[in-house]
Amino acid sequence: MTETWLLRNLRAVRGRAYPRIVGANREPSWVFFDIVLPLLTVAAYAYIYKFMDAPKEFVGFVILGGAMTAFWLNILWSMASQLYWEKETGNLSLFMMAPISRMSILAGMAVGGLFFTTLRAASTMIIGIVVFGITLSLSDPLMLILVFIVTMIALYGMGMMFASLYLVFGREAYHVSNLMTEPIYLASGFYFPVKALGFWAAAGASIIPITLGLDALRQLFYPLTGEQYQFLPVTVEVAILAVLCVMFIGLSKLSLDYMEKLGKSTGRLTLRWQ
Amino acid sequence: MRNDLRTFKNAAWLGWQMEANWTDPFLFATYSVVKPLAGTLILVFMYLVITSGETGVAFFSFMYVGNALYMYVAEVLFGVTWVIHDDREHYMTLKQVYIAPINFHTYIFGRAAVKIAITTVGVLLTLVFGVLVLGVDIDVSAIDWPVLLASLALGLACLCIMGLALGGISFLTAKHGEGINEGVAGVFYVLSGVVFPITILPGWAQGVSKLLPVTYWMEGVRRGLEPEVVASLGGTTGMAGFSDLTLMAILAISSAIFLFISLGVFRAADRAARRKGKIDWTTAY
Repeated sequence: MTETWLLRNLRAVRGRAYPRIVGANREPSWVFFDIVLPLLTVAAYAYIYKFMDAPKEFVGFVILGGAMTAFWLNILWSMASQLYWEKETGNLSLFMMAPISRMSILAGMAVGGLFFTTLRAASTMIIGIVVFGITLSLSDPLMLILVFIVTMIALYGMGMMFASLYLVFGREAYHVSNLMTEPIYLASGFYFPVKALGFWAAAGASIIPITLGLDALRQLFYPLTGEQYQFLPVTVEVAILAVLCVMFIGLSKLSLDYMEKLGKSTGRLTLRWQ
Repeated sequence: MRNDLRTFKNAAWLGWQMEANWTDPFLFATYSVVKPLAGTLILVFMYLVITSGETGVAFFSFMYVGNALYMYVAEVLFGVTWVIHDDREHYMTLKQVYIAPINFHTYIFGRAAVKIAITTVGVLLTLVFGVLVLGVDIDVSAIDWPVLLASLALGLACLCIMGLALGGISFLTAKHGEGINEGVAGVFYVLSGVVFPITILPGWAQGVSKLLPVTYWMEGVRRGLEPEVVASLGGTTGMAGFSDLTLMAILAISSAIFLFISLGVFRAADRAARRKGKIDWTTAY
């Protein structure tokens, strides 16, 4: 690995991240569509809990879950579907011909996506906190940052793996993403503690990093709820997430290589509208 | 008229092909069932976590049925606006459709008709699941069919008309503009008494609720489908003061008003899109 190779790939990461960061800022309508309007669905869930006289932490759970949906949607529509979308728009062949690692392209997509999605999620969170007057505990900020970082690395690693898998889906990609929206919101407990699904269902859903990430964030933001709503202790969840980070990034490299080879041998790598 | 009918039929056929021919029928059927059921089960689990499993109360049926019907709101609005996005950014055929000698509105409604048909299957399956598994209180012998069918027809027409305005706006928005329909559907989800009675909302929001046609649509369909539940909730829904006939009249009038507004918005957006060269615009970042 030469220094030139490394620099070239770092430039590729920056180059792929750049349009994501700058592109959205050139179309400021996202502030309204991606922050203010999604908050309405979150508000509806918050009102249901209020109507049922739920403990007030549940409104906080909903706001946090609502903010985290931005990351999951970004994974589905801007990571998993992206190589398929690039194929449809004709960019994929250019990426394949460039003298860079394909992983740099995926990493650039992840970095750019993570940046603008964090902005959106943070905005949703802040507006939610202000509008619904919820209070969050910040008693362990370092652990909070650690949980967020490992969750995001594992999640975007999963997105990178999906991106290569989606290359073989053809037009099914759109439907697969659609299919993985509400069912994952349900399985990962975006709007209620995942513990409610039962241990084995929650354990199965833990393969999706956001399940454990959300559960850990809830415990850190609401330490007084204790074991009542927690699925696993935070330290165990962080350890599992760290394993998922390594696993998904490794699998993304393997699947990308395999799908590229498969795409070339079947002649579908640049085939559009299949 | 004949030309419009042919356009509608062919657009619906095209929409069906795009919706369904990507996979085998079994997988498509599974997809059509799992997605709506999962959306509803989120709400069911939220309810169960708080109430420890009491599903035999009127509020549960109110919430469950409202959430099932809301699929129409989300999917119809999404279906209409997605036509613009999909044809322009994905298949890049919008300009060809645009210059074809057909009525563009009819083409959009034809494509949306398939969404309505598929959503109807999802709504029915969700309701059947609710009745059989969760004890949702729908008594087939007690259904007020005239109220149910009239409300459904008027409401769906109104949703298609509102979708047209959003479709026009999506001419002018970038890739992420697909959030428009979700956002507008979100407004209805909060303010139209979909999953909780509007009386829980602040006073000013209740005023806004009563300006939205979806609020009357939800109430009308509920009165048709589960009259006993609506009766037992009484004044809690905030809509008890409206007779069935008043509800229908409000729905019909609001549909007519929205028709004028939507056509105006669509025309203005269409003109702006042409002036700015956005008819065949792609924003694939």
